[in-house]
Amino acid sequence: MDSALLMHRLHFAFTVTFHYLFPQLTMGLAPLMVVLKTMALRRNDETYNKAARFWARIFGINFVIGVVTGIPLEFQFGTNWSHFSRFAGGVIGQTLAMEGMFAFFLESAFLGLFLYGEKRLSPRAHWWSAVAVFLGSWLSGYFIVATDAWMQYPVGYARAADGSVQLSSFWALVLNRWAWWQYAHNMSGAAITGAFAMVSIGAFYLLWGKYAEYGRIFIKTGVMAGCIFSLLQLFPTGDRQGRLIARYQPVTLAAMEALFTSGPGAPLVIIGQPNVEERKIDNPILVPKMLSFLTYQRWEADVRGLDAFPQELWPQNISLLYYSYHIMVGLGTIFIAIMVISLFLLWCGKLFNARWMLWILMLSLPFPYIANTAGWMTAELGRQPWLVYGLFRTADGYSKTVSPGNAMFTLLGFMGMYTVLGILFLFLVRREIENGPDLDSAVHGQVTSR
Amino acid sequence: METLWFIIVAVMLTAYVVLDGFDLGAGVIYPFIARTSDDRRRVLRAIGPVWDGNEVWLLAAGGTLYFAFPQLYASGFSGFYLPLMMVLWLLMLRGIGIEFRTHMEHPVWQGFFDAVFSLSSVLLTIFFGAALGNVVRGVPLRQDGYFFEPLWTNFKLGTHPGILDWYTVMAGLVALVTLTAHGALYVAIKTEGELSARARSVAVVAWPVQFFLTCVSLVATYFACHRMFYNYGRHPVGLVVPVLVFGSLAVMVLATPKGKEKLAFIASSLYIAGMLVGAVFGLYPLVLPASTDPAYSLTIYNSAAGHHGLVVGFAWWILGAALTLAYFIFIYRIFRGKVKLEGEGY
Repeated sequence: MDSALLMHRLHFAFTVTFHYLFPQLTMGLAPLMVVLKTMALRRNDETYNKAARFWARIFGINFVIGVVTGIPLEFQFGTNWSHFSRFAGGVIGQTLAMEGMFAFFLESAFLGLFLYGEKRLSPRAHWWSAVAVFLGSWLSGYFIVATDAWMQYPVGYARAADGSVQLSSFWALVLNRWAWWQYAHNMSGAAITGAFAMVSIGAFYLLWGKYAEYGRIFIKTGVMAGCIFSLLQLFPTGDRQGRLIARYQPVTLAAMEALFTSGPGAPLVIIGQPNVEERKIDNPILVPKMLSFLTYQRWEADVRGLDAFPQELWPQNISLLYYSYHIMVGLGTIFIAIMVISLFLLWCGKLFNARWMLWILMLSLPFPYIANTAGWMTAELGRQPWLVYGLFRTADGYSKTVSPGNAMFTLLGFMGMYTVLGILFLFLVRREIENGPDLDSAVHGQVTSR
Repeated sequence: METLWFIIVAVMLTAYVVLDGFDLGAGVIYPFIARTSDDRRRVLRAIGPVWDGNEVWLLAAGGTLYFAFPQLYASGFSGFYLPLMMVLWLLMLRGIGIEFRTHMEHPVWQGFFDAVFSLSSVLLTIFFGAALGNVVRGVPLRQDGYFFEPLWTNFKLGTHPGILDWYTVMAGLVALVTLTAHGALYVAIKTEGELSARARSVAVVAWPVQFFLTCVSLVATYFACHRMFYNYGRHPVGLVVPVLVFGSLAVMVLATPKGKEKLAFIASSLYIAGMLVGAVFGLYPLVLPASTDPAYSLTIYNSAAGHHGLVVGFAWWILGAALTLAYFIFIYRIFRGKVKLEGEGY
């Protein structure tokens, strides 16, 4: 890979990966905050309001970093990927501009209201501002996923005379069926992050023996949400996403599974290292015929392996793709186990005293982030060597006028800047967690960001 | 249809400059007028609930530009690579300066974040002015529609100028002074007592400089890029723009010392709108003139997206704009009035 292409790819990969650590929590917490506000309203219980305010403070810090790291992504379509923008701007400009017009304004306007305006609004109006923040953040997710889905499965376009693509059907673009399943899978992943964050901090409070009243609320809310969404993550959303890939990107599926040879009754690799040079899996643990069954619901079904496709169509980094995919699936399975056991203990009334389980819940916080990141790596590495699947190669997309040196300079700049942002974020969130939810609201309202 | 989208993008950018302009300006004057810790909190709280919403106009205008004129977005953004990256870093620093200051109770760190907020605001106003200066002056576009500009060369105009030359530096200064006055008037409206009086006096002091630089920029534009005036000759209706600009300046100089900050703020907004409209009226139908060969210039016709997309986009854009207008009116009504520190919290 030539160095300019590598630099521009790393540039986008780094900035988008760091960015997405924050929106996934924003989108995951937004519905949970609505739940807490609803409970406060229905039970007329100030504890739930304080719990909601506590999460609003974390949400606010998180949101700021999400916003400031999101702006560079929009810019990079022009700065680093100008040839791609020239090619596809006539189509994906639609979804990106709609995100600004419909989602960002809604979200930012009402978040200001939600964080700063509680005293100026009636409880019901404040509840509505929480709902508006939720809608805004989830709408924004849809437009971004629809953009990516179009790159995975381009629809509703026509070729123009200059070689670029232009919109031919608005509804095909917006209602792309790839977008529906990818969105459902992605949002359920974000909800898992939100649920684990809530459960983890709740477990911390119970283990600490302080703010236990809030800890119980957080765990109850988080475990129920976590159970629902980790199951949805597997079925139907993950399953349907996988079937779309099997049908429309068969070479990607083969690479994800590191299936080098085609044949009937393809096995599923649980553990093993792909050895691309020798076209085999080292030290594999296999479930025979499982891949055929999962993909086509028949044990003997033929699954096309990598050997069925010319090598220039293979994703370039098969090993990384394979690991990302297997880490995502493995973690997803573990999340289901953790959440189902927690729900069972909660139902028996034993969870709040089961210290071993509280430890597990507290320490599980980083893993949904890893799973979500690995999931996106699977989607994006799997699409290679295409930027727009089947239409436009990644190698043709970057800005030819921006030298690799300039791109590396700004990449390093972003790395430095984001390190500082990350440290600040951890520091501020740690302080909020230690200050706890039980603070005088008026004083603390001022501390709230934004 | 292309003309319509040209107008829409111009309107969105104007909305951005008018709205985010006042919080940028508040950042510029912040270290000079906010002397006590209470003052600083008042200024920050005056912009706190709205600055992020204002900044979304930049994102939304960028998104709309991308949608309507993808070729322009591709050439312009890759050509202005380094300055745009700096704008991104400054926007980031400014955002955390405003937000995270309130989370730090330590006076030293508060001082640090104050400095970050203020310095990044100053630099951003200059950058935005210089950016407009670059677009008006033209960039060294090649035949393939791309270019790459160094940060500066010899500060002279020519076929291969730098991002910074005397013309764009001047444009940056115009933006700095204009937004300083704009932000000062906003702070004067939103605060009381001495703080408000100090903000007003900044606006009073800024006025002669603003008037002088406005005249200078007009003359400089006439000499640097004569083509900016062709449209005015062809369509005399454009002459309302200078009337608007100088009329607004007149209202500002009359209203500010009398304490009619609201009137002066509206005039300042109209002044900004007038300057920007004046620039795009002169540019039309160009969107990025070439300093190399006029034939390489990007126009609304050779940089626009396909016709169907533009038509469909207009339908949803109207809906989105109506919703946005409703939110903004609602939010500014909720947070209307002077900023109070005690009792009435956020």
